[in-house]
Amino acid sequence: MAYLPNIFFAALLFGSVFYFRRNLLFIKRNILLGKAIDRTDHSKARWANMFRVAFGQSKMVSKPISGILHVIVYIGFVIINIELLEIILDGLLGTHRLFAPFLGEVYNFLIASFEILAALVLVAVVIFWLRRNALKIQRFWKPEMKGWPKKDADNILYFEIVLMSLFLLMNATDLLLQNQGVPHYIKAGVFPISQMITPLFASLSVDNLIILERTFWWLHITGILIFLNYLYYSKHLHILLAFPNTFFANLDPKGKFKNNKTVTEEVKLMLDPNADPYAATVDGNVPEKFGASDVTDLSWVQLMNAYTCTECGRCSTECPANQTGKLLSPRKIMMDTRDRLEEVGKNINKNGVFQDDGKQLLDSYITREELWACTSCNACVEACPVGIDPLSIIMDMRQYLVMEQSAAPSDLNNMMSNIENNGAPWPFNNQDRLLWANDN
Amino acid sequence: MHVPTLAEMTSEGKKPEILFWVGCAGSFDERAKKITKAFVKILQKSGISFAVLGAEERCTGDPAKRAGNEFLFQMQAMANIETMNAYAVTKIVTTCPHCFNTLKNEYPDLGGKYDVVHHTQLINSLLKEERLSISGKHYKGKRITYHDPCYLGRANQVYEAPRDLIKKLDAELVEMKNCKAKGLCCGAGGAQMFKEPEKGNKDINIERTEQAIATQPEIVAAACPFCNTMLSDGIKNKEKEETIEIKDIAELIATAEDL
Repeated sequence: MAYLPNIFFAALLFGSVFYFRRNLLFIKRNILLGKAIDRTDHSKARWANMFRVAFGQSKMVSKPISGILHVIVYIGFVIINIELLEIILDGLLGTHRLFAPFLGEVYNFLIASFEILAALVLVAVVIFWLRRNALKIQRFWKPEMKGWPKKDADNILYFEIVLMSLFLLMNATDLLLQNQGVPHYIKAGVFPISQMITPLFASLSVDNLIILERTFWWLHITGILIFLNYLYYSKHLHILLAFPNTFFANLDPKGKFKNNKTVTEEVKLMLDPNADPYAATVDGNVPEKFGASDVTDLSWVQLMNAYTCTECGRCSTECPANQTGKLLSPRKIMMDTRDRLEEVGKNINKNGVFQDDGKQLLDSYITREELWACTSCNACVEACPVGIDPLSIIMDMRQYLVMEQSAAPSDLNNMMSNIENNGAPWPFNNQDRLLWANDN
Repeated sequence: MHVPTLAEMTSEGKKPEILFWVGCAGSFDERAKKITKAFVKILQKSGISFAVLGAEERCTGDPAKRAGNEFLFQMQAMANIETMNAYAVTKIVTTCPHCFNTLKNEYPDLGGKYDVVHHTQLINSLLKEERLSISGKHYKGKRITYHDPCYLGRANQVYEAPRDLIKKLDAELVEMKNCKAKGLCCGAGGAQMFKEPEKGNKDINIERTEQAIATQPEIVAAACPFCNTMLSDGIKNKEKEETIEIKDIAELIATAEDL
């Protein structure tokens, strides 16, 4: 019977980790529904990019207030997780503050740092909440944020407030028990923050204190495991995916749009005077579809982008189309891509293979009006703190519209027929290209 | 003015140091032609040997690619590459950031590998090599704000070359609210130049023009013929054309040098 808590803890821990792993495998499977793209070149530059942008948060501080607050929460998250290791081992082994005897003074320093960070995180998260809900900063209230995205964002903040509070409450009650020399509660740690809240519990009996300490301890670790499993259902996956996403990000100049090799083959054939115009394609295959109308036409990197997006809206704030009231919002492009990918994933889970559901990313999620409002200025790509490229999805979808459906706006059709016929986007004779040199 | 074509020079057995890629706007658009001529005067003053393709130049295909027509883009690109490779072109300068970006970044995958520079970069190197000098007399102390073209700035990280030139004019360079990596688009990129904007509550060029006007400039310096058009329209819309000029950096330098 004495091992009951240990067994219960192990079941809770392994159950949570197993369920989370299952969902991670779904995400991996869904991402790999995307087309192949080679992003393994320049591995040195890729590691550097990941260290600078994801690990070093280099792009976050371009907006100083939210940037610095985010860095606090990020450091808090990473450092306080060291404590998680001890909590897990304590839970499995039935020990209490297992590391204390081994680390001595270092342990005191660590616990004190965790406490200060926890307090800073609490403050930062409360400010985040106020920015969203009291200051109502515009980018959190755009149309695509209605409903679940808004609730999701608040949920994450509530989770963090509760977890940090439980951590400090757990330490406060622990400190009181330590001071009263209660067996099992070894003297360990320095508690600069929670010592300030001990008066709340000072009048309680030892038995009640133990009940409270255990309750806070269990709620804290259970909360963390629930939060872990909440990730998959929320926009919060960026805490994991920011790392691979920056590693596999595009390293070419932003103005270089990808070359469509299938088209190159066709153009070469057309320009080759010896080619037989009636010959079948080289390998006898049906030519690949041009561009993207659904998520499976996108590359796996674009799909990973969609899962990585945490809906901060910096892209849409910088987007010139969005700023001037057009329908286009780069954040919505990413949210739509993820929602559609999840829908396709669930379809596969249910049917074994994808069954046509009469929907696709184009029109069912992203409208043509959004796609044609883009100026390809790369402001969204530049703004993203985790290396997401909404522009590439817009361009792939335009390619589908024009090359598969001939559905460009009529002005653009005129421009394109001018290029085709005259070699310039306007109806001028190409022989007149040098006339400017004649006038004064 | 006499501007030699590559065909002419080749027939005379000469090879220019650099090919000037004029671009469609620079060849046909009334406003942009002035930029082309200003830049040619600068090239001539420096004594660098250059040539243009003339009727052998075709649209790079940039607006077709950004509109989604990869096929038309590659047809244009292949034709241009064939022409330039036949002349063994190695170095290209252009006054259009869209041509610059496409030639520099998108032609290599199709077999066109050239050393491509924007005219603000070439002018800087001509100054460094002392083949050219700039007098600060004409623009001394004038307030000039500079608009970053997306395809020069964010797309290719060229932020300083144009600014260095404005500073050499002894002008007072003032920055807009959005500049460099955070520069706001003029609204013409991605083939928007050739279509009506989608519905919204403002046109992008008006938004950008307002940012420019807020710096109280005498001149808005541009480095792209499309940005030039969009900002000129914006300034007209705001009825500021009497007090604020939109000038390409090449024009500023040509004027400063009385060319």
